[in-house]
Amino acid sequence: LAGIPSNVPGAVTLEKLTSYKDITSYNNFYEFGTDKGDPAANAHTLKTTPWTVEVEGLVKKPAKYTLEDLLKLSPQEDRIYRLRCVEGWSMVIPWVGYSLSELIKKVEPLGSAKYVEFVTLADPKTMPFVGSRVLDWPYVEGLRMDEALHPLALLTFGLYGEVLPNQDGAPVRMVVPWKYGFKSAKSLVKIRFTDKQPATAWNKAAANEYGFYSNVNPNVDHPRWSQATERRIGEDGLFAKRRKTLMFNGYEAQVGQLYAGMDLKKYI
Amino acid sequence: MPRLLLHPAAKPLLFVLALLPFAWLVVGAFTDGLGANPAEYLLHATGDWTLRFLCLTLAITPLRVMAHLPALARFRRMLGLFVYFYVVLHLLSYSWFDKGFDVADITKDIAKRPFILVGFSAFVLLTPLAATSFNRAIRALGARRWQALHRLVYLIAGLGILHFFWMRAGKHNFAEVAVYGAIVSALLGWRLLQFLRKKRPLPMLVMRRQLSKQ
Repeated sequence: LAGIPSNVPGAVTLEKLTSYKDITSYNNFYEFGTDKGDPAANAHTLKTTPWTVEVEGLVKKPAKYTLEDLLKLSPQEDRIYRLRCVEGWSMVIPWVGYSLSELIKKVEPLGSAKYVEFVTLADPKTMPFVGSRVLDWPYVEGLRMDEALHPLALLTFGLYGEVLPNQDGAPVRMVVPWKYGFKSAKSLVKIRFTDKQPATAWNKAAANEYGFYSNVNPNVDHPRWSQATERRIGEDGLFAKRRKTLMFNGYEAQVGQLYAGMDLKKYI
Repeated sequence: MPRLLLHPAAKPLLFVLALLPFAWLVVGAFTDGLGANPAEYLLHATGDWTLRFLCLTLAITPLRVMAHLPALARFRRMLGLFVYFYVVLHLLSYSWFDKGFDVADITKDIAKRPFILVGFSAFVLLTPLAATSFNRAIRALGARRWQALHRLVYLIAGLGILHFFWMRAGKHNFAEVAVYGAIVSALLGWRLLQFLRKKRPLPMLVMRRQLSKQ
């Protein structure tokens, strides 16, 4: 899956890439199991063809897109983003995709649309842990409209120049680099425009731990651990120090204005 | 079976077996065999092995009584000390890989986070048990006081499970917690039943004396 260089500010970090092996073997994708190795072991059962994504809700042009339509909707770009997991580890990943805003423009949201909701596939036949009580399936995530329209919010189809491996959210997923990783829903089947803040999976499970915004923020700790530092997967040796976590995962210059005037200790 | 348990090689064999997980982790750490996040792997694996040895240690008395295998008593102390061995490694992994031995940071973490506080308390409470595990300590304390002290292990087991539960609560991932919780509950429940029926198992110290006469 070839991409062209991106002109979006902040789209390419020059940091050392995390290895393909680590990106594809250390995953949180609870539909396939709760261990980091489970998705790589179990996700081969996921069937990604044929695949459709329904775009619905408060839009002028709701539509059912086939994956082929989506792939061609806008030129694929190479983006190299930092990924910061809420658990305190991070990676640098070369994604392939285009800004979600390209799709949003096509479906013409109504003035009343304030949020975008992302729904992940929940197929108990191909996803062995759908049905476990860990989360309320399907996995739902959401963004405020201005966040969803930000050019860094990436509708993602590939990594390392290849189509997404199943365990990384094939065939199409979101990547929102300034938020904790769980905000980026995988294996999308539905994108819904709403006037109410979506009830998202982790927020429903534990609202005091996983806020709707969940912007990467070293100054607001998770109740069970500090978010001030992170461990960069693969790069640092076992005994290397953890690195400092950056505000908005280092994307403050690009996205800081979205949250001007908001108390980020309150809106976690 | 009883004869095998009394074999002179039985204890050294158990010692080597109990060291295997440690050896495996050391080899893994030096051969890049612990996956993408080796620090996290070591932290979790040492915690898991602490719980496993705790369950094994607590299983000795019910097993020896129910299976009429008094010779099992020989292995309890060593297993108990391996609980301490793995919990020390667990604490060391946390202090080193997560905190870079920053004592101020660790102290702050213990005070601030209930799940760390609970885990650390379990470690602190286990320390006098490990420290009084040799025969002279038993004699110095007196059997009754020694036994009272070592009943702390029931509290420690509860704290250990709570620590694990709270750690996993962050991600609603309770399958393994339930397994360890069920095992520890069964092992402690058996003791409670014995207590209520007044059919107390022969105390381990009496056991030891009888065995040494054999």
